[in-house]
Amino acid sequence: MSWLTQTLSSSIGKKLVMALTGLFLTSFLAVHVAGNLQLFNADEGLAFNLYTVFMTTSPIIKTISYGLYAFILIHAFQGFYLAYQNRQARGKVTYSKVDNQSTWASRNMALLGTVLLVFIVVHMAQFWYDYKFGQLPFKKYTIELAEGKIVNTETMPEGYMLKSKLEEQLSDDQKTKTIIVKDLYMIVDRAFANLPLVLLYVLSMVAVSYHLVHGFRSAFQTLGINHPKYNPLLDFLGVWVFGIIIPAAFAAMPVYFYIMHLLH
Amino acid sequence: MHLTLKVWRQKNNDSEGRFETYELDGISSDMSFLEMFDVLNEKLIAENKEPVAFDHDCREGICGMCSMYINGRPHGPLQGVATCQLHMRSFNDGDTIVVEPWRAVAFPVIKDLVVSRTAFDRIVASGGFVSVNTGNAQDANSLPVPKEAADHAFMAAACIGCGACVAACKNSSAMLFVSAKISQLALLPQGQAERKIRAEKMVAQMDTEGFGACTNTGACSAECPKEISMENIARMNREYLGAKLTSSAV
Repeated sequence: MSWLTQTLSSSIGKKLVMALTGLFLTSFLAVHVAGNLQLFNADEGLAFNLYTVFMTTSPIIKTISYGLYAFILIHAFQGFYLAYQNRQARGKVTYSKVDNQSTWASRNMALLGTVLLVFIVVHMAQFWYDYKFGQLPFKKYTIELAEGKIVNTETMPEGYMLKSKLEEQLSDDQKTKTIIVKDLYMIVDRAFANLPLVLLYVLSMVAVSYHLVHGFRSAFQTLGINHPKYNPLLDFLGVWVFGIIIPAAFAAMPVYFYIMHLLH
Repeated sequence: MHLTLKVWRQKNNDSEGRFETYELDGISSDMSFLEMFDVLNEKLIAENKEPVAFDHDCREGICGMCSMYINGRPHGPLQGVATCQLHMRSFNDGDTIVVEPWRAVAFPVIKDLVVSRTAFDRIVASGGFVSVNTGNAQDANSLPVPKEAADHAFMAAACIGCGACVAACKNSSAMLFVSAKISQLALLPQGQAERKIRAEKMVAQMDTEGFGACTNTGACSAECPKEISMENIARMNREYLGAKLTSSAV
């Protein structure tokens, strides 16, 4: 074995892979939540639909996204393998009584991770697959340029197709602009009228929260970063930013749409 | 005190074990946990039964021989204390106490509550030493060691190798032990010459022994009778990964 494969297949090397892929996935969450906050924009989904075009056409984002898919798989399967190996290390006979001196989340990362993997599959099948390969409706926004106001929106008839995901056109008098774009916003809106789905999303965000409250700080420990100067910052980021604020912001999205459906 | 003891009995590593229940009367709250076991064994011997085998030596918390998993915790309910320093005043009259051996593939049961911890010896033998002949003691000032480094090295060196970290860890990981042994030498001038090869060899041996990997639950440090800090594991990760990146061993 070369020194590199030897390193990566050692116990510390496997942890390193978990830490690095985990931190990458965590950083993606920060980007993802920032983009998805466009859902709360009161513009009938224009900003969100433009954001989805950017996310699926920008060459940089596309390249990173392939890395992301690979990292999700590596993190998940390495995690399963480590959990299996770690279980084997206890032996056939286990303790009859255990009084744990550790947090629940730290002991159940594999369980939480499994919930998240199921969630990611459901989530991607629902939105990502539909956006890429499904027949999505198109929406036409007419925007008045002087004030930047949306003056008219219209859903294009069924079967309407565009060669690209986005078409912009200036009117002849140069006063208005029309944008035709794939309407993922409407798919999101429709999906979250469904209570069981909303509950699945909220529950999954609770799993994200527990996973990251332990995982974020733990990743730095694995990288060897455990220092009295930086630990308070890492604790703050791990607990408040990645453990509470980001999952709460994500969970607010399905809840928001569900409440809007109830009100209308 | 009256106690009900549920003790793990196992003839050897090849046989299957089971719990035996014993009733004990007249236990003083000033007895140590091991003295309570001495009383149990005297009773068993008087009844012509096989006494319970358990490890012990110094009985003053510095040798690392005692190793009982008491009521779901290695070394019992107290913080920073080995089984021998645990006293019956930590229990109540009428309590049922469950006592099991350390459980890990790398720590096979020899008999009853005695497990083999030679895996730790093999890890230390793989690199946990300084092979330079140090000669006679030099003048203390000829080898300057900053106080902070000395303190951290000493805190790591306080590890008595009892294996409570492995017993407490849900993954039966030995990383707290190995990290303490790597740290105590990595922090001192004498340990520098073999610093990289030591980290590489000790981690490789740890993996060979069949211990699990760390998931940073912190149970090891919480249960350690010497309260060895998780900082040591972070240091070991740095030492190992740094050594792997820069050592001359290809």
